[in-house]
Amino acid sequence: MSGNLTLALLIGVLYTVGTYLLLQRTLTRIVIGLALLGHGANLLLLQAGGRAGQVPFVGPEGASLETTADPLPQAMVLTAIVITFGVSAFLLALAYRSWVLTQEDEVQDDVEDRRVFTLRRDEEARRAEDAGRRDQDDDEGEA
Amino acid sequence: MEVLLPLPVALPLAGAALSILLVRSSTVQRLISLLTLVGLLVAAVALLVVVDRDGTQVVQAGGWAAPAGISLVADRLSALLLVVSAAVLLAVLVYAIGQGVADGGRGVPIAIFHPCYLVLAAGIALAFLTGDLFNLFVAFEVFLVASYVLLTLNGGPAQVRAGMTYVVVSLLASVLFVTVVGLVYAATGTVNMADAAVRLQDVPDGVRVALGLTMLVVFGIKAALFPLFSWLPDSYPTAPSPVTAVFAGLLTKVGVYAVIRTQTLLFPGEETIAAVLLVIAALTMVVGILGAIVQDDVKRVLSFTIVSHIGYMLLGLGLYSVAGLAGAVLYTVHHIVVQTTLFLVAGLMERREGTSSMLRSGGLQHVAPLLAVLYLLPALSLAGIPPLSGFVAKIGLFQAGLADGGGLAVGAVVAGTATSLLTLYAVGRVWVEVFWGEVAEVVADADLEDTVDVGVARTPRLMTGATIAAVVGMLAITVVAGPLYGLAERAAEDLADPSSYTGAVLGTEAAS
Repeated sequence: MSGNLTLALLIGVLYTVGTYLLLQRTLTRIVIGLALLGHGANLLLLQAGGRAGQVPFVGPEGASLETTADPLPQAMVLTAIVITFGVSAFLLALAYRSWVLTQEDEVQDDVEDRRVFTLRRDEEARRAEDAGRRDQDDDEGEA
Repeated sequence: MEVLLPLPVALPLAGAALSILLVRSSTVQRLISLLTLVGLLVAAVALLVVVDRDGTQVVQAGGWAAPAGISLVADRLSALLLVVSAAVLLAVLVYAIGQGVADGGRGVPIAIFHPCYLVLAAGIALAFLTGDLFNLFVAFEVFLVASYVLLTLNGGPAQVRAGMTYVVVSLLASVLFVTVVGLVYAATGTVNMADAAVRLQDVPDGVRVALGLTMLVVFGIKAALFPLFSWLPDSYPTAPSPVTAVFAGLLTKVGVYAVIRTQTLLFPGEETIAAVLLVIAALTMVVGILGAIVQDDVKRVLSFTIVSHIGYMLLGLGLYSVAGLAGAVLYTVHHIVVQTTLFLVAGLMERREGTSSMLRSGGLQHVAPLLAVLYLLPALSLAGIPPLSGFVAKIGLFQAGLADGGGLAVGAVVAGTATSLLTLYAVGRVWVEVFWGEVAEVVADADLEDTVDVGVARTPRLMTGATIAAVVGMLAITVVAGPLYGLAERAAEDLADPSSYTGAVLGTEAAS
């Protein structure tokens, strides 16, 4: 079984770009990134079956392992493509719903993030208040 | 006999199809779901009896022999988990019908709950029964897609935000799953698990360990293991209570099942992976419970305890001994029931108080003494107080860990003990804040989606009844702990000896 270098490089590029997009904060980019990752994974699965471009069944020349491609990964990839397609559609709908609700195409902070943010803001406010009071005390002392 | 194996998958799928066709009548939909899940439970129990008597059962789908076709395999572990899952699914369905989420509730145009719920059941059953790696991927997708819909059922801002995290993380896990299936196929030329188990022995060590660890990451995301768990406490609490209950009980356990199945079958006794498992087990337990004790929302506390207690099952797996695996199996069974029950109780509490925030609740034991009992029993069981089921499961695990005697194993047992105490603290805090103290004034949360009548004394009997049934089921595990542990031990013996599985699937057993 020999691989195909072009396909291997393409798979690498798809995984890289997909991962990069997945780390973005915009929902649209995340959706596109996941789609690219899905394509990369599907190609990898296809590549696992060996050289592409040959008939997956017994060819006109008769059955021979050299002239036929492995049909199993092709069948699995078809299934995987359908699943990726369906879930991507759902994800798009969800991203759209999120945009309708918030008018923003961004990942929203989770509950824990917001709690940490609130705690920090309160803490800073208290510090600023303390500092202000101390300044005031100093001023009164001088007077 | 042969018909029993596909039945747990086919029955809910057929029910879901019927349910969509009869979408106009909610009574008929309810009836279909109930009958289907009762049928599923009966089939699962029958399967368990047969499997425990005659050993592992195999059906080759479409009559294609093992490595070429898709095999459905039921061994003791999958049959046992199937029975528990079916029982839990049924109890939660009754609860959901009582609550009224099932019938559309507010703002849900058509009753989509029932078909999705049945598809979820079919996916879970298929994940337990399949003997094919790619088919396992399909099973995961089936129940995941159903869970996406169930999680975002109401389409409110909180669900969409949490659903986004959940869907993206799950989808990423699925992409990794396809990747690892491709890699296994490239390395062995098969996706049949039994066949792959045989052929992986000829694969170079480095490649095998790499495949094993990649698979651990894939299923680790679903099972919410230590570094990969942060999506769980964020997304689960936003769904309606029955949905959270079934997710909490079952979905992470399907991930745990997949970890146990793949690690024992495909990569048995791999030293590197065993060490990684024990370290992750200890970290999952401790980090999870530390997350739980600082939360002030009951559902979030419970979500973190799910994460934490996954560690116990991993601990048993990491030991790779029959006693350890038996402990892990028993703990999985116990945890499915207890965690589901706790979320059902949390749903009742939320209905009563109008909120799941601990800060705004109080004095519930004066208002609802029955609810207090219903909470206390599973909570103490979760913490492992004797004689409840959590204690039985934990003692088995800890004994196995100490018998192993290795530094990592003993360290993990110590972490487990500390986690038990901290769990007691976490559930005790909920008890003190919610059940003791002054009776709090009922103020409904601003965006409380799943409760129709908030803060009323009248809780639908079905909801209470289903919760009582779940608590009784949990107590039953304690009562039958002896025979159950025997069953878990037999399941563990099957797991520890992969040749029993591969022999049954590939038919080599019959030949020899």
